[in-house]
Amino acid sequence: MPDMTSQTDSPVDSSVIPREALRVSNVEFRWDQTRAPIAYPEIMLNTGEHLFLRGPSGSGKSTLLSLLGGLILPDTGTLSLLGTDLASLTSGQRDRFRADHMGVIFQQFNLVPYLSTLENVMLPCRLSRKRRARALPTPEQEAESLLTALGIAPDHWHRRVTGLSVGQQQRVAAARALTGGPELILADEPTSALDSDNRDRFIELLLGLAAEKHTSVVFVSHDQSLAGRFDRQLALEVKP
Amino acid sequence: MNIRLAVSLAISSLWYRRKVLALVTLTLTLSITLLLGVQYLRTEVKQSFTNTISGTDLIVGARSGQLNLLLYTIFHIGDATNNIRWSTYQNLQDDERIDWLVPISLGDSYRGHRVVGTNEQFPEHFRYGRDQKPELAEGEWFGDVFEVVLGAEVARSHNHQLGDDIILSHGGGKTSFSNHKDTPFTVSGILAPTGTPVDQAVYVSLEGLEAIHIGWESGVAIPGRTVSPEQARERDLTPDAITAALVGIERKVMTFQVQRQINESREEPLSAILPGVALSELWRIMGQFENALLGITGFVVVTSLIGLIAVLLTLQMQRRQEIAILRATGASPLLIAALQVIECVALAVAACVLAVIIGAAGISGLSPWLLQTWGIQIGLRPLNGMEWLIIASVPIAAFLVGLLPALLAWRGSRRQGLGHVLPE
Repeated sequence: MPDMTSQTDSPVDSSVIPREALRVSNVEFRWDQTRAPIAYPEIMLNTGEHLFLRGPSGSGKSTLLSLLGGLILPDTGTLSLLGTDLASLTSGQRDRFRADHMGVIFQQFNLVPYLSTLENVMLPCRLSRKRRARALPTPEQEAESLLTALGIAPDHWHRRVTGLSVGQQQRVAAARALTGGPELILADEPTSALDSDNRDRFIELLLGLAAEKHTSVVFVSHDQSLAGRFDRQLALEVKP
Repeated sequence: MNIRLAVSLAISSLWYRRKVLALVTLTLTLSITLLLGVQYLRTEVKQSFTNTISGTDLIVGARSGQLNLLLYTIFHIGDATNNIRWSTYQNLQDDERIDWLVPISLGDSYRGHRVVGTNEQFPEHFRYGRDQKPELAEGEWFGDVFEVVLGAEVARSHNHQLGDDIILSHGGGKTSFSNHKDTPFTVSGILAPTGTPVDQAVYVSLEGLEAIHIGWESGVAIPGRTVSPEQARERDLTPDAITAALVGIERKVMTFQVQRQINESREEPLSAILPGVALSELWRIMGQFENALLGITGFVVVTSLIGLIAVLLTLQMQRRQEIAILRATGASPLLIAALQVIECVALAVAACVLAVIIGAAGISGLSPWLLQTWGIQIGLRPLNGMEWLIIASVPIAAFLVGLLPALLAWRGSRRQGLGHVLPE
């Protein structure tokens, strides 16, 4: 069993009634019969709280993100997001659920190469009516203000994303994850390709904007030094 | 699934990959142009061919195959096997059943254009298209021995006006070294364009041809035996022979009887042919060839579609990351598959539009040359049903073959994890 170390602070904004963002209980997943199942500890996160997830490769971090994203279903246990049991949804409904309620940031290559910066940011609003409705005042204006907040100069907005530096690309990806205020952002080692200045700035901006939108961030990283910025921490370990 | 999003993503994606896709689209465009062109030309050529002659019941010439006779008398392609005697022509004139006769005498040329010796019966009885008369655009039909009437294209290409003097050449061919330079002809009339070989011909009187060949009996001018125009006028210019005659029958039911009688003539070996039958035989031979050509070009289109799919499948390897992003953002596998199909169909539609443009430009560009060189009139016209069918079938075929990369993309994106491809 992976060992779990969890610590809980209580930084929840008292003006907003905390709501359950995600709950993982008794979840096990195995890729195939020859491999041992990965068993996950209990995880409970309220909206607005951020989770730092750490663990060596092979500990099931990526698998957990795929489970949370609804791309695969657990073999046992329940995995519910915003009170909805993902197993009760069809794969099409899970796709829509992901579009409506989740933002995603990868390690790198986050952007669709043939779309402009602004189009990349607004992509979730085109895939989800809910996200579009929550992107205020308009999806375009919200995207522009997010890009401004994340330090992407306006002369990049209408250009293709291939001209952006890695640091800029990660910030554009953060803007895309934040647009339309989803309840949950899944970030898969988003800072591993960044230098330390860019990394600190990125996390600061991401968490700051997430707090404004009352969005929870599940942040996967090797880098223990970042853990202090998160409400909760969880370490997955490879089964000995 | 969001169709508008899928279409806009597909178009952006195609534009992004335009350099790679331009060549396959060009291949597809050219193959569709070829297919459309073959289909277009065959209806046009058929129309043009059947328009060449009408109203004539029989064509009479020296014994030969009907195609040969038709080709050299009407299309001015190839040469006569032999001449027919003037007495034979006179016998035909005396025949009660025959309404009219147009004599045709070939052999000379003017700058590559056939010189046709005939008489005033030609404008009277020769018909083309839907019973249309060859009309004079300017001037009048020749009245003198040394007058000439030019076909529209002859006058246009050499910029001739009424009253110009022209020198005919002995024999055919574009450049002839033996010219009838002592006996120039004056342009008395220019015919209006007909879109038939008439435009490419030069019409003179039988007497005129006879006059310029005095002293040329051996095939070249023998010095001292040629004559000046004035001397020629004083001679008897009745020809000894002509090449062929167009025949109009008084009562159409008699046509076969007259034909048989001419074919069995004991005077000399003759052939009488029905122009319509000869035209359809000509068309049957060409038709076989055309169908084969159409079939081949069809395969060319299929081949280029397969090439297109090969390129799209290769590109799909490079699109893993893009698919991962779209899936993570909430796109369904169906949307990923739809992207492939839409891109494939969009390329086919672009290729069809380009093909129609290239085809139209090509036909406008080539039609003067076709008319000049082959006497075939091909103009732009709205596309017919068969051609629309061809154009419509290409995107449909593209849709069907596009299902293959779509299926692969759909299967692949179902195994898509969050940012990484899931193991099997």
